Amino acid sequence: MIEARGLTKTYGAKTAVYNLSFTVQPGLITGFVGPNGAGKSTTMRMILGLDEPSSGTVTVGGHPYRKLPNAPRQVGALLDAKAVHGGRSARNHLRCVAQLSGIPQRRVDEVLDVVGLREVAGRRSKGFSLGMGQRLGIAGALLGDPQILLFDEPVNGLDPEGILWIRNLMKKLASEGRTIFVSSHLMSEMALTADHLVVIGRGQLMADMSVRDFINTHSASFARVRVPDGEQGQRAKLTAALTEHGGQVQPEDDGALRVAGLPLPRISDLAHDAGVRLWELSPHEASLEEAYMRMTQGAVDFRSTVDQRSGLQQPAGPVPPQGYAAPAPGYAPPAAAPGAPPVQPGYAPAAPQGYAPPPPAPPHAPAGAAAPAPREGEAPR
Amino acid sequence: MAAPSAVLKSEWTKVRTVSSTMWTLAAALVLTAAVGALLSGVMNATYDDLSRAEQLTFDPTLVSFFGMMLGQLAMVVFGVLVVSTEYSSGMIRTSLAAVPQRAAFYVSKVVVATLLALVVGLLTSFVTFFVGQALLGDHSASITDDNVLRAVIGAGLYMTVITMFSMGVAAMLRSTVLSLGLLMAFFFLISSILAGVPATRDVARYLPDQAGSAVMQVVPGALDSDKLPYGPWGGFGIMCAWAAAALIGGYAVLKKRDA
Ligand SMILES: Nc1ncnc2c1ncn2[C@@H]1O[C@H](COP(=O)(O)OP(=O)(O)O)[C@@H](O)[C@H]1O
Ligand SMILES: [Mg+2]
Repeated sequence: MIEARGLTKTYGAKTAVYNLSFTVQPGLITGFVGPNGAGKSTTMRMILGLDEPSSGTVTVGGHPYRKLPNAPRQVGALLDAKAVHGGRSARNHLRCVAQLSGIPQRRVDEVLDVVGLREVAGRRSKGFSLGMGQRLGIAGALLGDPQILLFDEPVNGLDPEGILWIRNLMKKLASEGRTIFVSSHLMSEMALTADHLVVIGRGQLMADMSVRDFINTHSASFARVRVPDGEQGQRAKLTAALTEHGGQVQPEDDGALRVAGLPLPRISDLAHDAGVRLWELSPHEASLEEAYMRMTQGAVDFRSTVDQRSGLQQPAGPVPPQGYAAPAPGYAPPAAAPGAPPVQPGYAPAAPQGYAPPPPAPPHAPAGAAAPAPREGEAPR
Repeated sequence: MAAPSAVLKSEWTKVRTVSSTMWTLAAALVLTAAVGALLSGVMNATYDDLSRAEQLTFDPTLVSFFGMMLGQLAMVVFGVLVVSTEYSSGMIRTSLAAVPQRAAFYVSKVVVATLLALVVGLLTSFVTFFVGQALLGDHSASITDDNVLRAVIGAGLYMTVITMFSMGVAAMLRSTVLSLGLLMAFFFLISSILAGVPATRDVARYLPDQAGSAVMQVVPGALDSDKLPYGPWGGFGIMCAWAAAALIGGYAVLKKRDA
């Protein structure tokens, strides 16, 4: 079992992980999901005692890793497939690791067989493909036959066959009662592999729930609503009316509105009462990947949206779509986010466990604002 | 954690399974012996051109170790690489996840590399001495002469301590390029420049390589050089203090910083 409590890590002015609390249970595959730069690798390094948390604690089996008796026999980790000396052969690399951990040498050939690298074991790892590197890293993690396994982005660089292989390997390991903590930036992959999800964005916990609950919560239906083109006033008016009656409204890229939390007939009635004509009112289902992207991008996008407006002096209106990966490098630490209100609507009710769905009507929602400003946590897409 | 012997064994496997170890250590031996042989031959041929004072303080043992100037650089590379490739490759994370007790990891690494450097250093010093003396002809020294054996063993120890110093520096800087850049420039240029300029000469005597090389001198004030303020072992002790300081600094960095 891995337990993180209030885990925070800052590198200089940069907050990589902020107040993260979660528990990883044995016998399950726990997927650790977040966009690039969300803080997954940093968290993994803190679990392994490589990086010292700025505050908070993380324990493995009740002990901080550095105090864990016989650590390498209890915990195996794949951190970075390239973290081997390229001049050493795969077998010699594993020999070094086995000796460091006090593991008998015959185990080296066993794990080479498990990951299918027996054939190339004598070759220098410099010439390995990324996929072979991942397999070598996984072999290293399996050496001590540990009860707890950490894999940081193990499917990176694997071909479909390799992905299937590692998915099945992890399932088998979990079925033996082991604790599996595996990170990925792809929700689709984790939805297929994991039993439980810990979702982070911008270093903060976004969700901690079973995959089933995540799907139920986030594959929610919504409506697309469109007012006549060029009628900004109508759009604002409708947004205000729907928000006031408990709808969650977000602008879409094409000027339409995405409305959740209100049935279609009710939306129609409210529009009618507000004197707004509709060009479109259609039902939709949000996909899991979409839910994840909205959730994590919300955190990521908040700041870059602000940047773009001030930098380019854009007039009010729908904010252009944000690239999925692009905002990651530049986002600010939570505390430093410009204009961040003390409470982060949507996710902030920082319940240590569980993702809190956005409150129906955020107290600070700008009733009747000229253009619906994207609320943080729910960026435009 | 694994038993200390297992960690030592692993560090030995690490050192032995990369080709840079073989290359740097072989280079140390060959450079030291070959350059020493060359200069011994030249000295023998030009002995009559030396000044009277130089002839009176002629130190054939020291002459045969002139190649140490270059050979030590190979030991520097060896010492740096042993430590810095852990960082450049990322292996350090695998290593420290396997051995969370950083002191055990560090001590094992230093001990293994030091022992290897000692073996190679002694081999080099004896080979270099005998080859050099053979080429010095009439002006050569014998291993049984007073203090000569001390100087020959001292040369091997000198190479060992240079390696230790380099490991400490690399552990502090954590970068191959930075460490090599600094140490190469220091040992090859800065140290000898400082020693050559009268204003800084007195200070330069306490630099690790300048102080340490006193142990290779058999004749005090060899080749009409200035008298040193310390004896052969005193100078070597100063060098050891430098190495100890670097290694302690390296440990402090390893202990404190994120891997
Ligand atoms: N050693 C470090 N020094 C400075 N910043 C770091 C360091 N490690 C990670 N970061 C920053 O912390 C953030 C989280 O990084 P990381 O944990 O690697 O994210 P992920 O693994 O989810 O992609 C990134 O913005 C990254 O730039
Ligand atoms: Mg990462």
